[in-house]
Order: sequence, then C-alpha cells, then structure tokens
Amino acid sequence: MSQRDPRNVPPVVSESGIEIQPLYTASDVAASGGFAGIGRPGRFPFTRGIHELMYRHRPFTMRQYAGFGTPEETNRRFKYLITNGQTGLNVAFDLPTQCGLDSDAGMAEGEVGRVGMAVDTLRDFEIAFDGIDLEKITVSLTINGSAAILIAMYFAMATKRGYDVAKLRGTAQNDILKEFVGRGTWIFPVEPSIRLVGDTIEYCAEHAPLYSPVSVCGYHIRESGANPVQEMAYGFAIARAYIDHVLQRGLDIDEFASRLSFNFDVHGNLFEQVAKFRAGRRLWAQIVRDEYGAKNPKSAWLRMIAGGGGGGLTVEQPENNIVRGAYYALISALSGTQTMALCSYDEAYTIPSEKAARISLRTMQILLEEMGLRDTVDPLGGSYYVETLTNQMEERIRAAMAEVERQGGIVKAIAEGHVQNAVSRQAFARLCQIETGAIRKVGVNCYRVEEDQPGVEFHPFRAADCEAQITRLNAVRAERDRARVGAALERVLADARASRNVMPAILEAVQAYASVGEITDRLVAAFGRYREPIRF
Amino acid sequence: MSAERIKVLIAKPGLDGHDVGAKVVVRALMDAGFEVIYTGLRKSPAEIAAVARDEDVDVIGLSVLSGSHLPICRKFAALRREHGLETKLWVVGGNIPEKDRAELERIGVDGVFPFGSPLASIVEFIRSRTAPAGG
Repeated sequence: MSQRDPRNVPPVVSESGIEIQPLYTASDVAASGGFAGIGRPGRFPFTRGIHELMYRHRPFTMRQYAGFGTPEETNRRFKYLITNGQTGLNVAFDLPTQCGLDSDAGMAEGEVGRVGMAVDTLRDFEIAFDGIDLEKITVSLTINGSAAILIAMYFAMATKRGYDVAKLRGTAQNDILKEFVGRGTWIFPVEPSIRLVGDTIEYCAEHAPLYSPVSVCGYHIRESGANPVQEMAYGFAIARAYIDHVLQRGLDIDEFASRLSFNFDVHGNLFEQVAKFRAGRRLWAQIVRDEYGAKNPKSAWLRMIAGGGGGGLTVEQPENNIVRGAYYALISALSGTQTMALCSYDEAYTIPSEKAARISLRTMQILLEEMGLRDTVDPLGGSYYVETLTNQMEERIRAAMAEVERQGGIVKAIAEGHVQNAVSRQAFARLCQIETGAIRKVGVNCYRVEEDQPGVEFHPFRAADCEAQITRLNAVRAERDRARVGAALERVLADARASRNVMPAILEAVQAYASVGEITDRLVAAFGRYREPIRF
Repeated sequence: MSAERIKVLIAKPGLDGHDVGAKVVVRALMDAGFEVIYTGLRKSPAEIAAVARDEDVDVIGLSVLSGSHLPICRKFAALRREHGLETKLWVVGGNIPEKDRAELERIGVDGVFPFGSPLASIVEFIRSRTAPAGG
C-alpha cells in the first residue's frame, strides 16, 4: 500500500473518543443518523441556532469577566469596558464574597479584593453599579454558594435606583452542583444547596420573569478534566436535577425552563466543539419538550455563554494565548452562542490587565466587524464532517447521561465524590500525555523557547483596599437600624428552617444592610456546612 | 524489608477552590509510592499545621492559585516553628510568579513548583530530600 492510501494513515481519535476520518461524505452523515435532525434555525430542535436570524438580527453579547479590589475600582473597570464597546458585564467577586464571608472574617485575610470585587453589603453594589444603565447593559453575576444573597442585593440595588425588577434582565451563575465538582466555592451541604437554587428559580419565576437565575456550567467541569461529551452530559444532568427539584414544588416546566441558561467551554478541536454545541442544542430541546412536556418553544432553547477556554491557555509564551483566544472566539461564533467571553492572554498568571481585557474584547469585535461571522446563520451547517460529528456527539452525550442515571443520578454521584474522582483522574491522565508528548501543546512540549520573565503585568494586591473595605463595612454596621437588621436575620433563619422560600427574607435583610457574612451565618445555622468527600 | 514509606501532606490553604493541580500532584505522588494525605479545600494554616503534626508527615505541600501565597506562607512559617515542624520538607505549588521564589525561600519554603513543573521533578525533589542519611 502506498503512503497515500487512506487505509494507511495513522488513526486520529478526538478528545471525546470519536475516530476522525480523513474524508467525510454523504454516506458518513447517513450512517451516523442522517440529515433529518438538522432542521431550520429558530425551529425545534434548534440544531442550527435558537433564533431564525441569529447574529443578523442581534450579534452575540460580549461580556468579559471583570471585577477586582474595591467596588470603586470595579466601577471604573466596568465603565472602561463599556466605553470600549462591551455590551454586557460579567462580575467577578473575591473569594470571601463567594464563600459567604465578610471582609473582616479571619479566613478572609489576604483575600479581600484579590480575585474579584469585595462585597459585604448593599452599599458595595450601589457603588459598583453607579452610573451604569441596567436596562442597556445586562449584568451577569459570577456567584454560586452565596448566590441567593447576591441576587437579592442586585434586585435591591436596582429597585433603589428606580428599575422595575419585573422587567430586569440579567443572569446569575448560581450553579452550585458544579461547584462541588470544580471551582469549589460551596458553603452548605448538597441538598440544602439545591433547595436554595430552587428558591431563587421559584422567586424569579414569580417576581423577576426576565431574569435568568441559573447558568448551568459544564464549563468548570471541563476545566477540571472532563472531555467535551462529559462536559455536556454532566451539565445537562445537573440542569435536570434543578428542574426536577422545582417541578416537585408544583411549578409548571414552562414557568421557569425558558430562564435557565448554560455556560460551556470552547478549547479543544474546533470541529468537535462546534458539533458539541449543535448536538447539545438538539438534545436539550428534546429533553425539555419530549421528557418534560414543555409547550413553550422558548423553554426548549439552549441559551448559552460559550467562551473562556482557560484550560487551553499556557503559562509558556503567554502571547500565544492571544492567538488561541481568537480561535476560541471563532469556535464560539460558529457555534451560535448568545454570549461570548474570552479568557485573556495573561489569565494563566493573574486577573486580566486593562490591556489584556481590551485585546479580548477587540478579538470578538474583529470577528463581528471584519470576518463576516454575523452574516449567515450556522455557516458550518451541512458540512459532511460537522453533521456527522454532531450526530455522533449527540449519541455520546445521551449515552454519558444514561451512565450517570445508572449510577444513581448526578446528585448522588456528586455527593459521594464519584464525578470529582472521574474528572480528576482524567486531568491526571491528560497531563501525563502532555508530559510524554502524546498530546502536543505548542510552547509546552514542542516549539519551546528559553523565556525570562514573560511580558505579563501582575495584578497588584493592595492591603489599603482591604482596609478601606473593612472601614466601609464598619461604617455601614454603625449607621444601619440594628433592630431592623436583627429582625430580618431572624426571619432568614426561621424561613430557612421552616423550608419556606428564603428569598423574601434575604431581600429584606440586604435592604436593611445586613452583610453577606451575617446572612450566610444564619443559613449555616439552618443548613450546616458541606463536608468534602475525598476520593482517589 | 523496605524502608518506611514517605508520608506527604498535600493541603489547600485559604479560600482558593482550584484543586485540579493539587489532585494531580496527589495522584503522581501516590503512583510514585508515597503515602499521601489530601486535606481538601479551604483549610486555615493552623488546621494544616495541626494535621501535619498529628499525622507526623515527612513532607508538607501547599497548593495556592489565588495569588495569596506570600501571606499564607508567612503565616504557615510561624505555625511551623510553633508546632516543631521545621525539619519537615516544605514545598509550595500553584500560580507562583518567578519573582516570588526568592521571598518564599527566605520564608523557609524548601521547594517551589509553579505551573508547568514536570510531575517527575516534584517526585524527584521529595525523594532526594527525604532520603535517609547514609542511605
């Protein structure tokens, strides 16, 4: 056989385990399930996109992750990004805020304002969003363990500014189940954590119907070591856990399913990623319509932010990450995402500098303005390769979800640490493959150069910011109506214990300027704390 | 009879929830034949020092990716003296900029392993520095 004989080329297997052929034809599409599931954009099963005209009507929202130090500094960065054409905000909180601690808590030492904005009370939100038009700019809160409190704070701030919460748009990440798998900002045990997510969904369905209370994240599970199939399968299984919980409360699927959204990752093989999203849209639509019986077509939409790609970036030759980011943005646009955000080139080292954040934003703008990515819906649709992969990915995601069910369901698998163990084993295997060179990584195991200090500007940590934050917290504590705060916190505890929806009580508490730490303490008194299962 | 196994504590101090790297290192050390204890997330330096003392470990590894490695290590250095753990090998890994290496070593850290350090280099370092005197 000659070298050119297609039977003689070495096999290529994708990250999800699909053997990639050197050439695809109509017969490959037919063998994998055919063209039947493609349909038209804006129509069930939405393989080609959830809207008929997609970016031709409205381009994807550009929402870089931002926030650090004090609310004042964060407000300046927000305004900088908006001035540069960013169309949404994605708020980063510091670790004490994410873990439900006040800035003066012992464990918060050295962490205040470091990886995001510090928030203790409603006062901080008033400062951070000062001068930002909440009708023009939609805000996404990257918050999970303490999400119920921060959502309440956002609503309280908006109400105070004169906005009608019933018309307020925006998103909270609020996906606690994935925090147990990766990212790690859990607070309460698994069951009460799901109940809190349920409280926010139920509260928003009634009072803030345009607000997206949950963004289910396959993203961080992928970043922890999952392959693209597992990313979608675990994400969907987690979304189903929230849906099942809320349905038990007596809500109808169409009362809340259309406000659930998703957050997925984009690094890896370009075509496998695009197929992943097209397959995911089709599968999710079938789950919501056929298994949950949703009547409203919007309930079956897989609305998503696709971006990030942090797991694909390297500390070596960090400027190469600018190029990776551009390809990730291309993947995201070709996949029909609603919102896009990119990890900045310096993000393997530090939180993004102003310059790095702007380069990420410009990357997305160049795609829209110069590359024709908004002209036509689903430009890869109909490709023999992409349609075959889409069919194969759908089948594999379905199989992975069935596997989770056989193991007793996602909640049990997470509570016992099995998902964590599986993804961490894969992370180890992948790193070993990179170390042996079996997986090629430019600048890491090939095309290396001797580097001195990379051209990355480290985000400075300023102790003065921490002191200013604590000073403000103490001032708020001294000014507020102590009796009102005390009564509101008692109600939080009572409602949490009584299994009443705790959102109205939390809202009352944040309006009385109760702090994140004080409210969390009452919830811990009712729910207890999570204990991490350690499995290897 | 083989020598007693080297006992390593891998810990996640502070609030940082990034544990992919720590868990990867745990697996590499287990594969290399060490006995490994992993603390899980969100431990205070005092809790970590107490575990190191109670479990009588030979090596203490801290994994920090939030950027707060310097304040955490300064605090841990004092606790290390307090608990008589100064003879235990102390290694730190994670998102550690090269410019902080000298300061970490001054504080008392024996080995610094930033992102991208080969797993074998961590194993080798621990092996060479915990080898019994006189072999």
